[in-house]
Amino acid sequence: MEKSMLKPENKIFKNLYNEFGWEMENAIKRDDWKDTKNLISKGREWIINEIKTSELRGRGGAGFSTGLKWSFAPKEVGKRPHYLVINADESEPGTCKDRDILRFEPQKLIEGCLIAGYAVNAHVCYIYIRGEYFNEGKRLQEAIDQAYKKKYLGKNACETGWDFDIHIHYGAGAYICGEETALLESIEGNKGQPRLKPPFPALVGLYGCPTIVNNVETVAVVPTILRRGGKWFASIGKPKNTGTKIFCISGNVNFPCNVEEEMGISLKELIEKHAGGVTGGWDNLQAVIPGGSSMPLLSKKICDTITMDFDTLIDNKSGLGTAGIVVINKQQDIVASMARIARFYKHESCGQCTPCREGAGWMWRILDRVVKRKATFSDLDLLSDVTKQIEGHTICAFGEGSAWPVQGLLRHFKKELESRCREEPIIKKKIKNPYLVDQHLLENKNA
Amino acid sequence: MSLKKIHDNQPDDFKFSEDNLKKAEEILKRYPKENKKSAVMPFLYLAQRQNDNWIPLSAMKYIANYLSMPYISVYEVATFYSMYNLAPVGKHFIQVCTTTPCLLRGADKIVKLCKEKISPNENELSSKGDCSWMEVECLGACVSAPMIQINNDYYEDLDEKNTIKILESLINGKPLKPGSFRGRKNTAPENKKIMNGEKHA
Repeated sequence: MEKSMLKPENKIFKNLYNEFGWEMENAIKRDDWKDTKNLISKGREWIINEIKTSELRGRGGAGFSTGLKWSFAPKEVGKRPHYLVINADESEPGTCKDRDILRFEPQKLIEGCLIAGYAVNAHVCYIYIRGEYFNEGKRLQEAIDQAYKKKYLGKNACETGWDFDIHIHYGAGAYICGEETALLESIEGNKGQPRLKPPFPALVGLYGCPTIVNNVETVAVVPTILRRGGKWFASIGKPKNTGTKIFCISGNVNFPCNVEEEMGISLKELIEKHAGGVTGGWDNLQAVIPGGSSMPLLSKKICDTITMDFDTLIDNKSGLGTAGIVVINKQQDIVASMARIARFYKHESCGQCTPCREGAGWMWRILDRVVKRKATFSDLDLLSDVTKQIEGHTICAFGEGSAWPVQGLLRHFKKELESRCREEPIIKKKIKNPYLVDQHLLENKNA
Repeated sequence: MSLKKIHDNQPDDFKFSEDNLKKAEEILKRYPKENKKSAVMPFLYLAQRQNDNWIPLSAMKYIANYLSMPYISVYEVATFYSMYNLAPVGKHFIQVCTTTPCLLRGADKIVKLCKEKISPNENELSSKGDCSWMEVECLGACVSAPMIQINNDYYEDLDEKNTIKILESLINGKPLKPGSFRGRKNTAPENKKIMNGEKHA
């Protein structure tokens, strides 16, 4: 049965396309900062319970329960202050939802920061924006300044008796800083290399203090949930996969767009109704990456029936991730597209764990050989082996993120891959490639 | 991890300008007093902006002194992050996103045009010396693919014709305005008229 579209009154981000203006006075017209004082006066417990009732799951990719995460922060502030950190380092290929929130709904984010900060006992919040979003960061700073002017931030923020400050910290073009511990390292002024967990940031995070790290979209929906009630949010979508979500539909569709929809909407409906369908028609679909580049792709057969929520996608050996949907039609070379993703991961590996640093390069080189039709059948076995050796052997989830898309390709497009390979030659030519050196660096002096 | 070359001709001396010194003090206020080191990334940005969009080694030494941290830690940070340029780039610095979502919509054509119009190789100044280009990974504007970033601005929804216009406008020193080049509003779907809040856009 097809699910109906999200009712307009249930939309949270009404200004996703900036039709109504992002400034404070327009935001207030959209009910931002309404009753914030009242909401906060109901206390921490109430806020966290309400978020737990809403079953809100983190929108940054992992889908962890937000209420639960907040409850991990120590109840009493000890010697060390608490911090709230907002992850706006949106770099997952296929995802561009946070950018629109930063540009057009900044007050939702700022209000969410105040509420979340209060709920986890934090007086200071850092928003980590990727360096490329220079203009978006400038816009957010303007919005923060407007909030200070209205006394919604600063000492006795919004007359709640809670002091709260927000600072922006720019990243500088490292994908890995979207990983929460790498992000904290980056704010501390180090290379963005992830930390070993446990201890989790909720206990030992920024500057060794308890820190809660949340995605932009997660925090931005919090004020609306509290105003309309956790039960309202839980009534949208499916059980355990509740609420609305911004989907970014890119690639080979007629009208690529960002759109807020109900969780659990069918993929086909999403693409056909909002993005104007696949270029060349639904039958021209080859594959879809459902949740940003690190989630394994889905073949057309699965795409016909699948719904977009965390659990259904996990059952299909993929994941919702950040809900960045990349549509690939039959005119595209699927292997080349995935090889490009492998190159992305090779470029972005932070270099801390050997399996990922070396393996990401291996995967890219093997896929590149397949694209150029120079690979042998044994290369495919090697490729599968390399993905298995990366997965689960790294400090952070980047290892899985780089291995899964290749595994997805092997799972769904084995025949396509095999058709481009040849038998091992009986007389082997000696290949002089030093395997640790990237071949593209040999070709290109300008590394 | 990006591989970057340090420029051969390094200036001997670097100091923050008066203006940047004030900004630096403002930046330091954001972080706890005992964690001055946090300011290293914003400081590197300041240095980069002051020094024609690239960071010389002397600036790293200066920042290390300023924040009382080891020079090598500043060097580590500057070389780890891809947005710090360690060699001169053009006044118009073009970054072409070539990751899969952009590639699917023809980013390779834009790269080809850059090669023709700007310089045959990446990170190479154009003949006039005011433009340079490079391929970068996902810039986070995938629904507006293909796109390029010129200095701080995003140029979105491109095709070959528009790209030629943009590149020529840079060469002539009169850059076009950033934004969508298909005339659409932000990231809204184009097939539907953008309604007010009543109707689902």
